[in-house]
Amino acid sequence: MALTADEIRHIATLARLALSDDEVSRLGAQLSAILDHFEVLNEIDTEGVPPTAQSFDLHNVERDDVVTPSLSVEDVALNAPRMEDRYLRVRTVLE
Amino acid sequence: MAALDLDRTAHEHAAALRSSEYTARALAEATLVRVRAQEPSLNAYITVTDELALRQADAADAALKAGGAGPLTGIPVGVKDLLGTKGVRTTAASKMLETFVPPYDCTVVQRLNAAGAVTIGKTNLDEFAMGSSTEHSAFGPTRNPWDLDRVPGGSSGGSAATVAARGVPISLGTDTGGSIRQPAALCGILGLKTTYGRVSRWGVVAFASSLDQVGPFARDAEDAAALLGVIAGHDPLDATSAPLPVPDYTERFARGLDGLRVGVPADFFGEGLEDGVREAMERSINVLAANGAVINRNITLPTAQAGLTVYYIIAPSEASANLARYDGVKYGYSYGDGRNAEEEMSETRGRGFGAEVKRRIMLGTYALSAGYYDAYYLKAQKVRTLIKREFDAALNEVDVILTPTSPNVAFRLAEKLDDPMAMYLNDLYTIPVNIAGNPGISLPCGFSDGLPVGMQLIGRMFEESTLLGAAHGWEQVTDWHRQAPPARG
Repeated sequence: MALTADEIRHIATLARLALSDDEVSRLGAQLSAILDHFEVLNEIDTEGVPPTAQSFDLHNVERDDVVTPSLSVEDVALNAPRMEDRYLRVRTVLE
Repeated sequence: MAALDLDRTAHEHAAALRSSEYTARALAEATLVRVRAQEPSLNAYITVTDELALRQADAADAALKAGGAGPLTGIPVGVKDLLGTKGVRTTAASKMLETFVPPYDCTVVQRLNAAGAVTIGKTNLDEFAMGSSTEHSAFGPTRNPWDLDRVPGGSSGGSAATVAARGVPISLGTDTGGSIRQPAALCGILGLKTTYGRVSRWGVVAFASSLDQVGPFARDAEDAAALLGVIAGHDPLDATSAPLPVPDYTERFARGLDGLRVGVPADFFGEGLEDGVREAMERSINVLAANGAVINRNITLPTAQAGLTVYYIIAPSEASANLARYDGVKYGYSYGDGRNAEEEMSETRGRGFGAEVKRRIMLGTYALSAGYYDAYYLKAQKVRTLIKREFDAALNEVDVILTPTSPNVAFRLAEKLDDPMAMYLNDLYTIPVNIAGNPGISLPCGFSDGLPVGMQLIGRMFEESTLLGAAHGWEQVTDWHRQAPPARG
């Protein structure tokens, strides 16, 4: 299955990933080859087989909803690229 | 005071420390000198933590003096730079996290610290643990101590290379599709992927959450058992960690190989397996049989080979979701010149991630996108069920399943870098085990053209003791685990 440059750009937009034209053409060829390989799954009969999300069967792990000590805002914000007062600063969302 | 022999195992060091043959401080200092000397050729570490190591060594000496020492007190350890460490930058080998300093330790490192271990440094890996050669690191590739022109495997290549080169006796890696076992095989040491849920993932940089597990590298089963005993166990902060007791992982050591039922599935010895690896496997099977193991060649795992395909749908899908958090707002690399929030985010991600990470995010985003979810992700999860059933059925017949760890020995740098499918095939035999969730161990079992070969033993869920018991038995009748690479500084 061959992915077109437009399809690659659409997936990149969904993934919020800026790609160069060179990356678009390279990824197009590489992803197409990998998707071809995925075809082998079609040869496996999975009629009536339930999906497995993870391998160790745990269900509805719950805990009491109690407040426990957590990191301070200062500690959490230590790595933030842009702060204003105690807030994370982002670029314009709506123009 | 006797000369400090850095080629010793952790349990040999532990005995020497307890009998005051040398101090933890002296061991840490000597270890740092050797690691520093090896770095120009190996590049096994992203960050060497001298100050932290010496501080921890002094604390270990105090504990030793007070009589409160455990098996890891004062023992130097390398920690894969995917495990979050408080106050020590944690990069995941990505430009995205080049300056990221976590405000907390991951659970595994908390347990390591509580046990008195001495962290020598944060080891190199493929970016975000995506790769099989440690070439996909923003900090340059790690090299194989057996041949510096070759890769150590990956993604935990730094942790494997430093243990093989006798830099540190033990280290921690993570294994999502073979990232502990394959580098262990290519570097000639022991590597154990634990059962999914056995070890907490809290505070470990996430790649594929339904597959990721932390596990030990060591040079013998006794050291691996000690390290696993410290890091294993339930963690309320990781809802997928198993609420099961942690056994003494040496409990099967006395049993050895006698009566061990070993399944050898023909499905894992097919096309693509190098002759030298195949020959080492056959010789090893003969050694096992000669020492009391019962070989069963009738077990089959016909769907397991599709594990590779299942993996390259499930892992990138989960990765594309996990890596959505790198947006240049909360932490990590930020582009800074975006005209709006969306451009800022896209440019941050386009510039911060390397080629392999972008490839997997694209693949996962595609597999999960509208119209393709059923055909790819859901189908892969159904095949996953079939693979799991096959492992369960086979392990009803035998105690362990034996396969090659990797179809090939260590390959040359750059040999597979531009061919993703060739690189992915390295994990053909390890990936099905992550898909099923079972534990798997790689043990050194010979050489091909002077390069180490590893054999993989796969066990039942939560039966790491069986694998370590078999490993210990193997070490009593072979000396592959005592072979050391030529130049180690």
